[in-house]
Amino acid sequence: MSTHDTYYVPHKAVWPFVGTFGLMTMLAGVANYLNGSAIGPTMMIFGLSLFILMLAGWFALQASESESGMYNHSVGISYRMGMMWFIFSEIMFFGAFFGALWYTRNLSVPWLGGLGDGPGRSTNLLWQGFEAAWPTNGPADVGGEFEPMGAFGLPLLNTLILLTSGVTVTWAHHGLLAKKRDQLIKGLIATVALGFLFVGLQAFEYYEAYHEMGLTLGSGVYGSTFFMLTGFHGFHVCVGAIMLSVILFRSWKGHFSPENHFGFEGVAWYWHFVDVVWLGLFIFVYLL
Amino acid sequence: MSAVIAEHDEHHDHGPAKGILRWIITTNHKDIGTMYLVFSLIMFFVGGTMALIIRAELFEPGLQFVDPQFFNSMTTMHALVMVFGAVMPAFVGLANWMIPMMIGAPDMALPRMNNMSFWMLVAGILLMASTLFMEGGGPAAGWTFYPPLVLQTGKAFPFAIFAVHLLGISSIMGAINIIATIFNMRAPGMGMMKMPLFVWTWLITAFLLIAVMPVFAGAVTMLLTDRFFDTSFFDAAGGGDPVLYQHIFWFFGHPEVYIMILPTFGVVSTIIPVFARKPLFGYTSMVWATGFIAFLSFIVWAHHMFTVGMPIAGELYFMYATILIAIPTGVKIFNWTATMWKGSMTFETPMLFSIAFVVLFTIGGFTGLMMSIAPSDLQYHDSYFIVAHFHYTLVPASIFVLMAAGYFWLPKWTGNMYNERIARLHFWLSAISINILFFPQHFLGLAGMPRRIPDYAVQFADWNMISSIGAFIYGFSQLLFVYIVIDTIRGGTGKATDEVWEDASKHSLEWTLPSPAPYHTFTTPPTKIPSEHLD
Amino acid sequence: MKKARQLFAGLALSIFGLGLAHADYTLNLTEGVTKVSKDVHDLHMLILWICVFVGIGVFCTMFYSIYHHRKSKGHKAEQFHHNTTVEIIWTIIPTAILIGMAIPATKTMLEMDDVQDADMSIKVTGWQWKWEYDYLDNGIHFFSSLDEASNKARQKGSGIDPKTVPHYLLNVDHPLVVPIRTKIRFLFTAADVIHSWWVPDLGWKKDANPGFINDAWTYIEKPGTYRGQCAELCGKDHGFMPIVVIAMEKEDYKQWVEQQKEAAAAEANAAEKSWTQEELVAKGETIYANNCASCHMPDGSGMPGTFPAIKGSPIVTGDIKQQIEIMFNGKGMMPAFGQMLNAVDFAAVATFIRNGLGNSVGDMVQPSEIAAMQNATAANDDTDEE
Ligand code: HEA
Ligand code: HEA
Ligand code: HEC
Ligand code: CUA
Ligand SMILES: [Cu+2]
Repeated sequence: MSTHDTYYVPHKAVWPFVGTFGLMTMLAGVANYLNGSAIGPTMMIFGLSLFILMLAGWFALQASESESGMYNHSVGISYRMGMMWFIFSEIMFFGAFFGALWYTRNLSVPWLGGLGDGPGRSTNLLWQGFEAAWPTNGPADVGGEFEPMGAFGLPLLNTLILLTSGVTVTWAHHGLLAKKRDQLIKGLIATVALGFLFVGLQAFEYYEAYHEMGLTLGSGVYGSTFFMLTGFHGFHVCVGAIMLSVILFRSWKGHFSPENHFGFEGVAWYWHFVDVVWLGLFIFVYLL
Repeated sequence: MSAVIAEHDEHHDHGPAKGILRWIITTNHKDIGTMYLVFSLIMFFVGGTMALIIRAELFEPGLQFVDPQFFNSMTTMHALVMVFGAVMPAFVGLANWMIPMMIGAPDMALPRMNNMSFWMLVAGILLMASTLFMEGGGPAAGWTFYPPLVLQTGKAFPFAIFAVHLLGISSIMGAINIIATIFNMRAPGMGMMKMPLFVWTWLITAFLLIAVMPVFAGAVTMLLTDRFFDTSFFDAAGGGDPVLYQHIFWFFGHPEVYIMILPTFGVVSTIIPVFARKPLFGYTSMVWATGFIAFLSFIVWAHHMFTVGMPIAGELYFMYATILIAIPTGVKIFNWTATMWKGSMTFETPMLFSIAFVVLFTIGGFTGLMMSIAPSDLQYHDSYFIVAHFHYTLVPASIFVLMAAGYFWLPKWTGNMYNERIARLHFWLSAISINILFFPQHFLGLAGMPRRIPDYAVQFADWNMISSIGAFIYGFSQLLFVYIVIDTIRGGTGKATDEVWEDASKHSLEWTLPSPAPYHTFTTPPTKIPSEHLD
Repeated sequence: MKKARQLFAGLALSIFGLGLAHADYTLNLTEGVTKVSKDVHDLHMLILWICVFVGIGVFCTMFYSIYHHRKSKGHKAEQFHHNTTVEIIWTIIPTAILIGMAIPATKTMLEMDDVQDADMSIKVTGWQWKWEYDYLDNGIHFFSSLDEASNKARQKGSGIDPKTVPHYLLNVDHPLVVPIRTKIRFLFTAADVIHSWWVPDLGWKKDANPGFINDAWTYIEKPGTYRGQCAELCGKDHGFMPIVVIAMEKEDYKQWVEQQKEAAAAEANAAEKSWTQEELVAKGETIYANNCASCHMPDGSGMPGTFPAIKGSPIVTGDIKQQIEIMFNGKGMMPAFGQMLNAVDFAAVATFIRNGLGNSVGDMVQPSEIAAMQNATAANDDTDEE
């Protein structure tokens, strides 16, 4: 039996348990914190540290196993499928928030404004004179007056940045395939830089929203959908950028070959996914 | 597909680690499968004990044992524990044990992640269970967590939300693993249309899981921010809508109920042919029907919401779409009947449970169909009629089939034969008491008894008492199962043969392995793939 | 083996037996007292019988096969595994049956949806845990909660046998009164969480969602008292917020309306007179039991973490203004009782909690002061609406 045909089945793994324990502790910490209990933050930090330890340990293990040639083509396929369906699950997660945006804009707000009311405007019994419009912070003017976020300006710039980063990561991939190490490294550096630039600009946009425009998470359903969608997206950009940095480090160490570079590919997919979600955001949250 | 042959990791190999660590760090599909199964059995008793608290309080009108708040939290926790702690993990456990054995693989595709998904489950349930001991009690807004009520939960609130997140992560990881295993690890010659139906149904279930668990996570995240971070997703004052939550929840919730039934269909489709000594009737249509049910499950969610005040177009659309599910499900029922037709049947315990499943699930399906008729559902909704409906589809369906699967594969897992006499006693006690337990609830619902109430008007007294009696008989007869399992592990009634059931190896690969199955499944891929249903 | 078979047959029979018993009046869905409720009942029976017949077909085939095609009888297994013709047949026939069901269902649904041309409108608001009724045409307005007898009996360890309480848990202090042969439009909403208004005899239930209005209608044919319950889990006392609808001949209804108007006037008078502390405390005890005890507990001890204790509460033993303000306007889960209780009841319960339940502050508030507050808010609301 040639090694080529074998499917590597690891026999022991402490990291999953450590990671689970870390995550659970961290979440319990957050919950305690939200309940105003004093041990919350400590628990949170302890759990998070364990979780980070797990990530580092597990990824290092995977990298070293991969380097020692334990993963063959077949194992690679499993990993790729894993990544693919993981990304799919993320899309569904965003789907819930996009769905909420769609529903509030097209259904609940118009209903509150009297759409489809029976004889007479019966919503007037509750929300005297509320006219449906978007953006809105609802009939009770929750969170006070605010200015909606425009599409042109920072968001457009951010769109260009992310699109460019999609190109650079593909360029890096081509470099990898063509064994052009230089192109690979440069492409990755550019991608990571663009990623962090995006996050920085996004942070600036939030700052403006909170301090200049009166737009906060509490600005009714517009604020809720705006910040939750862009916020989760921003979080994913951060994660993606950090993963890209790891890949950059591994590329620099010379880990990847044209035949064996699942690590690179997985992260690149993830990056494209983040990109596509942003396009959705740009269209549905900012433009329309 | 590439060849799948196990080659062990160079440093250490030779069987499991020793002591408790064996279980904590294991990546072996059988160990993990066992942990899932044992965990879910424990949870079945935990959730069942809560159900017995409910039934004890409902034995007579008047409040005897618990406060209304605690009662609601029992209802909520009973459902959460049963759904997320008992039924779903039990099927994942079966998948872990059986899928590699059925497709001729050495193990699951992603063994480390497999370990993690189990522990995530334990973590999620621990967090959830811990809420029972918190100030203000456990969550008490029903397993559906509808806002604004759920926002009134005490300290338990964020813990319950995060527990859902952990359970979701666990399910998604488990599902990804199953998909990768089925697509990537089949033995040479094991084409998709040669896979046992259990494998097929799990494949489709896994897609459902990946698609809907994240949506549920999104929904509860919105609850969390509504409560703690001033968002207004579910608050009309800010332009949101409490009904929005219900849409998102049921987009998850409806597929979720099929997540609990599709693997059941798979197990039954595996068991009936063996005891009918016939190939499964209509293999191809079974596969298509499963896929069609799964597809429909995504577009019918608002049949849980006929009373929320949707526009008429919504009511009608969701009614029509829901009715359609009866067609592929009917195909399945007819196929099973046709499989038995002109067979040469014997009635060992797995077969008994499977037959009871077909009958009782059909009854549950019929009541489902009745509720899918929107105008009549305006009467049935949130009454005990629906409690009867879903227990018929969950207990004498999912749970019965889990028992059937247990008896069917125990000899393969342990190498010993279980005690058939006690097993049949278990079956008859269960089959009779389950009907005493849940059939009267149809009458209660039709007569107007709402669900989720700790106390009721006196005209409902008789049937409630009967139902409670049934519950206690059913509950305590399940202890027989525990006894039989332990007894079988200890030796049972003797060694089992490799094939265990007559000619079973004609049907599926696991019966070609020795009993008990070796620690590493197919270290070399099987050469002969059973394919009796093909021409 | 034989025994098992007999048992199985017995089980199957008993299931059918029960299934048929379904048709028995008291076990079955009510026919109700409106045209819609009768249509719903007919629809229900139609589907039920379809299911019973399909079920009999499937189960008989199965049990025939179980009986005849068993190994112990020496039956040899045949090896067929598909048959396209039968598969197509058993897909088409159910499809046809389902279409047959969908048609009448659609008709009934459309009929239920049509709220046009109502003769009167009633706004129904769900509260934790009572119903508020607002007759939009004549200004009658009241709250309706579980009646006192049931409320006493339902307390844990009350020692009262529910069987001795008339209409246990299905009786209220102020029933909804409506005329028959009148198309009544209901507007549903809620003040706190989702509730659902269900009177089986009317043939439907409808959710009351906070912040939104749902509508539904009814046209009752027969005078009578129709009882129902809240059908959506709304917290602790979800099981204890019944609905009672009394349908009367139109003339009787008119009389009832007059009575209500007189009673409202009398109430206003009572609020003007000066009350003593003893009078208020005596009156307040029942008001407390009916309105407050569900959260703050009958003895005022509250539920730690969720509902504060009244006994010894710094607010209750402190400045009376602050206590009245919290009771009047609500706070978090504490409902706003300002418009929910009339001035006398409000003053009574406010005085009672300061001088009962183990508290003895010794002061009181006059109903007239509360009435003044209520009028002020009402005036405010009016200007808001301009
Ligand atoms: C495993 C679980 C499971 C399964 C399989 C099903 C199956 C079905 N369910 Fe059920 N359901 C639940 C679990 C399940 N359900 C739960 C848990 C709830 C409540 C949740 C809550 O509120 O807490 C619920 C609630 C629920 C409702 C909401 C009621 C309400 O809240 O008002 C509705 C309404 O349409 C419904 C419909 C159906 C239908 C049409 C099917 C169909 O799939 C059934 C199809 C099967 C058949 C029809 C029988 C076999 C078919 C034939 C023999 C063919 C020929 C037949 C004819 C032509 C008649 N279900
Ligand atoms: C898979 C899911 C599943 C399963 C298996 C069950 C199983 C059972 N369920 Fe449940 N149930 C639900 C899912 C399930 N249920 C859901 C989703 C709801 C809706 C919740 C909501 O409204 O939000 C619900 C609600 C529900 C209600 C309605 C509550 C209400 O509306 O207030 C009732 C009432 O009778 C009930 C009863 C039972 C009973 C008697 C069983 C029995 O089958 C249980 C069998 C009992 C045992 C197995 C106990 C064994 C224990 C012992 C013998 C004690 C020994 C002790 C030790 C060893 C420690 N369930
Ligand atoms: C639905 C439950 C509920 C009902 C019914 C209810 N309360 Fe409350 N009550 C609360 C809650 C919750 C608070 C705490 C509010 C807060 O501080 O956020 C509260 C607070 C109070 C307080 C302030 C006490 C303190 O120490 O903070 C008083 C006084 C009070 N309620 C009186 C009453 C009276 C009198 C009634 C009946 C007429 C009543 N409540 C009915 C839930 C309720
Ligand atoms: Cu109000 Cu339930
Ligand atoms: Cu459903």
